[in-house]
Amino acid sequence: MKKHLISLFLGVFSIFGALSLSGCGNSSSENSLTVLNYGKYIDPIVLDMFEEETGIHVDYEEYVTPENMYTKYKAGSIDYDLICTSDYMIEKLIQEGEVLEMNYDKIPGISNLDESYFEFSKAFDPETKYTMPYFFGTVGILYDTTKVDAADVTTWGALWDEKYSGQIIMADSVRDAFMAALKYRGHSLNTTDEAQLLEAQELLIQQRPLVYSYLVDEAQDEMIAENAAMALVYSGEAALAIDLNDKLAFSVPQEGSNMWIDSWFIPKTCVHSENAEKFLDFLCRQDIAQLNFDYVYYATPNKALFDSLDAELQNNSVIFPGNEVLSNCEVLKSLDPESTKRYNDLWKEMKSKN
Amino acid sequence: MNKWKRQFLAGPYLIWIAGFLVLPLAFILYYALSRSDGSLTLENILAIASPVHRKALLLSLRIALICTFFCIVLSYPLAMILNKIRSRHQNLIVFIFILPMWMNFMLRILAWKMLLSNNGVINSILEFLGLPGIDILNTPTAVIFCMVYDFLPFMILPIYNSMARISPDLIEAARDLGAGNARVFFKIILPLTVSGVVSGIIMVFIPALTSFAISDLLGGGKVLMIGNVIEQSFMQEYNWNLGSGLSFVLMIFVIVSMMLMNSHDKEGGGAGIW
Amino acid sequence: MVKKAAERFYLGLIFLFLYLPIIVLIVLSFNDSKSRVYWGGFTLKWYQRMFRSSNILNAFGTTILITLASALFATLIGTLAALGIHAMKSRGQAIMLGATNIPLLNADIVTGLSMMLLFVRFTKLGLSTVLVAHITFTIPYVILNVLPKLKQCSISTYEAALDLGATPLYAFYKIQWPQIRSGVFSGFLMAMTMSLDDFSVTYFTKGAGINTLSTMIYTEMRKGIIPEMYALSTILFFIAFLLLLVMNFASSGREHKKIKERRRT
Repeated sequence: MKKHLISLFLGVFSIFGALSLSGCGNSSSENSLTVLNYGKYIDPIVLDMFEEETGIHVDYEEYVTPENMYTKYKAGSIDYDLICTSDYMIEKLIQEGEVLEMNYDKIPGISNLDESYFEFSKAFDPETKYTMPYFFGTVGILYDTTKVDAADVTTWGALWDEKYSGQIIMADSVRDAFMAALKYRGHSLNTTDEAQLLEAQELLIQQRPLVYSYLVDEAQDEMIAENAAMALVYSGEAALAIDLNDKLAFSVPQEGSNMWIDSWFIPKTCVHSENAEKFLDFLCRQDIAQLNFDYVYYATPNKALFDSLDAELQNNSVIFPGNEVLSNCEVLKSLDPESTKRYNDLWKEMKSKN
Repeated sequence: MNKWKRQFLAGPYLIWIAGFLVLPLAFILYYALSRSDGSLTLENILAIASPVHRKALLLSLRIALICTFFCIVLSYPLAMILNKIRSRHQNLIVFIFILPMWMNFMLRILAWKMLLSNNGVINSILEFLGLPGIDILNTPTAVIFCMVYDFLPFMILPIYNSMARISPDLIEAARDLGAGNARVFFKIILPLTVSGVVSGIIMVFIPALTSFAISDLLGGGKVLMIGNVIEQSFMQEYNWNLGSGLSFVLMIFVIVSMMLMNSHDKEGGGAGIW
Repeated sequence: MVKKAAERFYLGLIFLFLYLPIIVLIVLSFNDSKSRVYWGGFTLKWYQRMFRSSNILNAFGTTILITLASALFATLIGTLAALGIHAMKSRGQAIMLGATNIPLLNADIVTGLSMMLLFVRFTKLGLSTVLVAHITFTIPYVILNVLPKLKQCSISTYEAALDLGATPLYAFYKIQWPQIRSGVFSGFLMAMTMSLDDFSVTYFTKGAGINTLSTMIYTEMRKGIIPEMYALSTILFFIAFLLLLVMNFASSGREHKKIKERRRT
């Protein structure tokens, strides 16, 4: 009997072996590209298409917050070829000399992008030589119109409104959470003033009992499932959520908010720079940009794509914020290490209160 | 091959633990005792006493103790009942109770998330019955629920195994000598299953104390356990020295307390699973 | 009789607690609606999508590869180690067993992080780092399963065989192997179980684009819940169920045979 058992297991074993070899045999081939990107920030089909068209194998890795990305990169344990992240984090990495200049001539498709976004990018890439914009947007409140009075969410105060106790989803990301608190009190979202920071922390501590959960990418899903009344989210997430559940709406509070630009850059660890350029060029292609736009639903800097969209989408103010909203927004700046630590410590202290 | 030579069969293992057990732990110690600029310090170790970290450790301890307690209370009677079943399919019945262990750990967490969310399955049933809903997702209670669920098989098995090893003759003899049910339980069954309970505690208490995934996914960012603090100092704050310091303290704490428990358990930690 | 009913009730209660969540996942996997609560009709589309998702399939392949390879290596190294440790004097044994207990008792998160610190210093993270990490924490389970079997069998038969001119390998194969085989086998299965269920160690030691099922599901769950995961749960549950059924009947057949043999003698 035992013999049978062993032969049975050897049989199962060899089947599994064959399966696994076919499943993931050649992940370390030479012709590859290692990409680091936010979660839910590219249509998975695009990766498959790129692999098929170019024969380049993509090792794709995701992260949740810019701080998360910084650690993954700085650990130095993986040689990333291409990274996408937000303005202030790119600024920080440029200052640290971690970013390689981008050879725009190798990326012909870049002509599809609207010049004006390179102007925006000057906030963190003053000479426009390190980055290629991917998406941009604002931060605001996604709310359930059946539970929340639209008049309430014209101010950040809604996130502190006891009426919605246990129904608020807050951002689980230091800078975004502090942004809401700082803006609510009329301060700059780049402040390093200790008194203002403490005031913001005090607000966040007050808010804690009202919060249903602190989330980043899951917030959208929870709102669609109607598990909460409102959430602090990025504009594109809101647009997609509204598409999937028409009870939802989005508002950028009048105190002003954060306007962000997520861009691609080539880090110093890049070993497959040609593949990275091919990938960037691929992303600029109108059909690919269309796929990604449909998937993430953020404002795209791809002018060719924008012009081809329906007027209805072009005028969707959730996806493409108007000037009156943008003029009221600030871009996050990279902070000095001391202040970064201060933000982190205050945040951690708040999170551990119970 | 004589006895002396045969010792060398352990050679590959010795090299392996030197390279992949001792060396990594030395790295943790090195990071724990230094600052990012390389100077020596004790501050990363002492950081455990700061209010944030102390709170996280105490919360983890509380959650782990409650979870272990419920696992024992649920498993012990279950093991007794299972042990009493006299059927050709006894093994199969036991397997049914530990089968969830082989379904992916993450999917078990997902299941609880579905059940417990505001608009989830349990609340829908309660609403249908006209009862008030519960909102325990994103609280320590949800984390405890899921942990008990996750770790229950790891408690059932060792207790059941230690019970199955008790010879029925022993119990019969005690009864023949006039011992009542209670006496048989306290004088024979309980002492002989202590080792199983200890194994179970080791298999449940440590993962519960140090887990970060469950509190991460079911705590909604509001349940900060010591595992989360360590994970975040590595993955969010890029403060490996602090993370290592806290890990080191956690490691010493766990190993010392388990060695103490293990001295009661002559069978060796949890080896009775199969 | 009342007691018996109470026992049955208790069994039923625990059974419900253990299986209700799984049943919910299985039901949802056939639900033709993204909602988690409302029934939108029967569908198999989540299964179709699951089998088309390269993300899920890759993670599945990687998991099987890592589990089998690490359990195999761990069984090899662990069995050799158990033989060696068995031959040691008691102090050597105590030291080796102490070291063996460390990964067993240590928190997963610390094991994973310490390995990460080592790997980051000397190499790049990838598939092989996950494999090494898994082997490290599964070896102890093999040793602890083999060692008791070795202690049960008498060394004198083995030495007698040597005295009678058998080569050490032949003597081992003919005399010791049959006695420790079941221990090696259960060590292998336990190593597989532990490797399969691991999250923390993989999380800290994996390279870019490499995911086991655990880390893949974790990443997906942090982005929101996709119904493909329900389909995956259902399939994994039935695989586990079938494997255990097969093993159970195989082993109950074994017991049966043992009893028969005992009667004969």
